[in-house]
Amino acid sequence: MNLLGKAKDLLGRASASNDPLVDDLVDALGSDAVKVDAAHRALYAHDASVFDAGFAGPTCYPETTEQVVAIMAVAEKHGRAVVPRGAGTGLAGGAIPLGAPVIVALTKMNQIHDVDTVNRVAWVGPGVVNLDLTNHLRPFGFHFAPDPSSQQVCTIGGNVANNSGGPHCLAYGVTDAHVAAVEVVLIDGSVAMLGGLEDEPDGLDLRGAFVGSEGTLGIATKVAVRITKNPPAVTTLLLSFDSVADAANTVSEVIAAGVVPAAMEVMDQRITVAVENYVGAGYPRDAAAVLLAEVEGLEAGVALDAKKISEIGRANNATQVRVAATDEERALLWKGRKTAFGAIAQIAPDYYLHDTVVPRAKLAAVLEQVYEIADRHDVIVMNVFHAGDGNLHPLLLFDRTVEGTLERVHAAGAEIVRASLDAGGVLSGEHGVGVEKQPYMAEMFTDADLDHQNRLRQSFDPVCRANPGKVLPMGHSCADIQSLRQTPPGVWG
Amino acid sequence: MSTLAVTDEVLVEFARQTVTNSPIAVEGNRTRWDVGGPLANGVQLLKAPTGVVEYQPAEMTVQVRAGTTVAELHKVLAEHGQRTSLPERGGTVGGAVAVGENHLEVLGRGSVRNAVLQVRYVAADGQLVTGGGPVVKNVSGFNLPKLIAGSLGVLGSIVEVVLRTNPIPAASRWLQATGVDPGAVRNAVLAPSAVLWDGDTTWVHLEGHLPDLDAETSVLGDLAGFEEVQGPPALPPHRWLVRPQDVSGFSADRFVASVGVGTIWADKPQPARPQDPAVAAVAQRAKALFDPTGRLNPGRSR
Ligand SMILES: Cc1cc2nc3c(=O)[nH]c(=O)nc-3n(C[C@H](O)[C@H](O)[C@H](O)COP(=O)(O)OP(=O)(O)OC[C@H]3O[C@@H](n4cnc5c(N)ncnc54)[C@H](O)[C@@H]3O)c2cc1C
Repeated sequence: MNLLGKAKDLLGRASASNDPLVDDLVDALGSDAVKVDAAHRALYAHDASVFDAGFAGPTCYPETTEQVVAIMAVAEKHGRAVVPRGAGTGLAGGAIPLGAPVIVALTKMNQIHDVDTVNRVAWVGPGVVNLDLTNHLRPFGFHFAPDPSSQQVCTIGGNVANNSGGPHCLAYGVTDAHVAAVEVVLIDGSVAMLGGLEDEPDGLDLRGAFVGSEGTLGIATKVAVRITKNPPAVTTLLLSFDSVADAANTVSEVIAAGVVPAAMEVMDQRITVAVENYVGAGYPRDAAAVLLAEVEGLEAGVALDAKKISEIGRANNATQVRVAATDEERALLWKGRKTAFGAIAQIAPDYYLHDTVVPRAKLAAVLEQVYEIADRHDVIVMNVFHAGDGNLHPLLLFDRTVEGTLERVHAAGAEIVRASLDAGGVLSGEHGVGVEKQPYMAEMFTDADLDHQNRLRQSFDPVCRANPGKVLPMGHSCADIQSLRQTPPGVWG
Repeated sequence: MSTLAVTDEVLVEFARQTVTNSPIAVEGNRTRWDVGGPLANGVQLLKAPTGVVEYQPAEMTVQVRAGTTVAELHKVLAEHGQRTSLPERGGTVGGAVAVGENHLEVLGRGSVRNAVLQVRYVAADGQLVTGGGPVVKNVSGFNLPKLIAGSLGVLGSIVEVVLRTNPIPAASRWLQATGVDPGAVRNAVLAPSAVLWDGDTTWVHLEGHLPDLDAETSVLGDLAGFEEVQGPPALPPHRWLVRPQDVSGFSADRFVASVGVGTIWADKPQPARPQDPAVAAVAQRAKALFDPTGRLNPGRSR
């Protein structure tokens, strides 16, 4: 049944159609802002994860909060779910549409409304790209601290929804610590300002509950992000090791010594070689692991901390300790880290980037298990991760056209998750649960725990229409993926 | 620090005690007993369990039962050169988390809400519930710690938390000067842990490596005649929460304002502020879902 075949023009814009949902959306937003063509639906059926595509309903491009409110009203009238979407770089399947929902693409709400250096916040639209914000703040002497590796494309709305992290979140905290207030359109179309510029919110901390809720509590339409003053001194160190364990132990000892660097990232040899081939960042090709550490602040303290990190590294058998001598060298070292995921494209066409957290003291032991698990499943694994906070990112490389490979990748992934939980860790440090970690939620939480998470969800969305089928496992309301995977009767498709 | 079913007998026994026919409230050290309104009559009072359960200095986390005083906790942490963002005002850890008032030096220590990595509470029906996780970074599922921190115990009775700890900086000092623009002071230094202002005098708290403190002190010296003092001024009794921008225009007979934070201590109470109706609706649904019969801390509200 393709009722829309005749009802769209060459640009994919919806015109008068036989689908009342599309008609109502066009009435509310205009035909330019509603897309229903096959290309859009294919594009928005998945995100950057490896999980099965969903089924996208019409995609809307609102430009104002009022338009998002109008979309909620139309979706309510038609009993349809809504799925907010930023840049679609999510790795846990959070933006995968289940149940032919209305997709609300926030990319046109990309204005930086105000930079307020007195309150030290910037008011931004959810569609603002993370790096664009930091570039915009530079002349003011500030930046937005969370810097996911996807920062050239991911949006602030996506960062808020996933409570995203980045290398520099070690000292400054993940997105949650940098969001003062969020304007949210709730599923019933009401507009709530969560949080505020005061230090402690009045009432319950609903802002805190919303950050990291993966689009299941409503749609963020404006965010007051906290801005951080640029430090006058920065030192970047590159430490090389003959074993991954030595690098991991250095990280753990640096933290134990009371030094909190701005960033501490570890890369294993497989990834550093790939990066060298790709951008030539100046990493040693012969080291089993490198540690990229950065300290920021005032000059004297930065020098003291850098010295301490060097000492701890040497005590843990570092074969080389290099301090970036110029800004260019520093930028190049970071370019290597940030393009790591691009670099691996030369090695295999597909990758699955995992994300678990373990206690820092267990890093070395769990990494050893990760290599063993990958070997056993005959999957290539590379490790490039936020070592400073114990956040592992095993990167499994594969070619999905080879039969049986994806199954092996998932089997290895499941064991990695369990090894992390067994070590006293958690399911996800920054990518979220989405559909990826749903099956494991019951291994980290009891039924009572999950029931209370569900109550939190229902406080915001009692009708389960905001991004249903995510986060909570089957058996909890709003999570019936099986039925969501089927296209509802009567829906065009 | 497992996150699955709670096996700690002390917590299990406390959960059992909460299952009564009367409404209940957890009593800490009553240092903030009146926040959120007076407790209703006929409420059974319970004391939360005490004790540091597990402290891992190298992980910068501590698992502590809610009835432990913040002072006791900080004493244990100080042996390893660490502390938390919880204010030390004679109260308990559970009380500090339930009230959610930040430390005077919040700019340096971080907020109470961000310190709570994992929370265990007894639900209205007596079940033990765990939210969050025991490590420093975690986005596994909905953020119950954020909902519970600052909730005044109206959604559940807090029995245990895992808190983020921080290193105690190598050096710290309070400086004081009069007749200087406190906003300029805040902007002149990189990361003061507090800048206080009473309309006339400005206090700055600096923490970090000693040579950095000396450098910042000399930067401040260019602005005004700062001198080192023992500590912050005495704070008037009533706490106001305003935006940082509202501090410069604030007036009262006596006040101390936290510049860049917006919290003000004044000699008169802050008038109630209007609540966003959409926000209130979510909060009411939460209350109804977490405590359907209204037996937790009746009389108090957020
Ligand atoms: C190469 C690569 C590197 C990455 N590196 C990192 C990293 O270092 N750290 C990290 O944390 N993540 C990383 N990610 C994951 C991803 O980039 C982040 O999760 C990012 O914040 C997602 O932003 P987005 O705009 O792409 O959101 P999307 O993928 O479009 O959406 C993500 C989730 O947010 C919801 N959402 C989006 N916008 C809104 C809104 N306005 N209101 C409510 N809900 C909304 C969606 O429904 C979905 O559940 C990486 C991804 C890739 C592909």
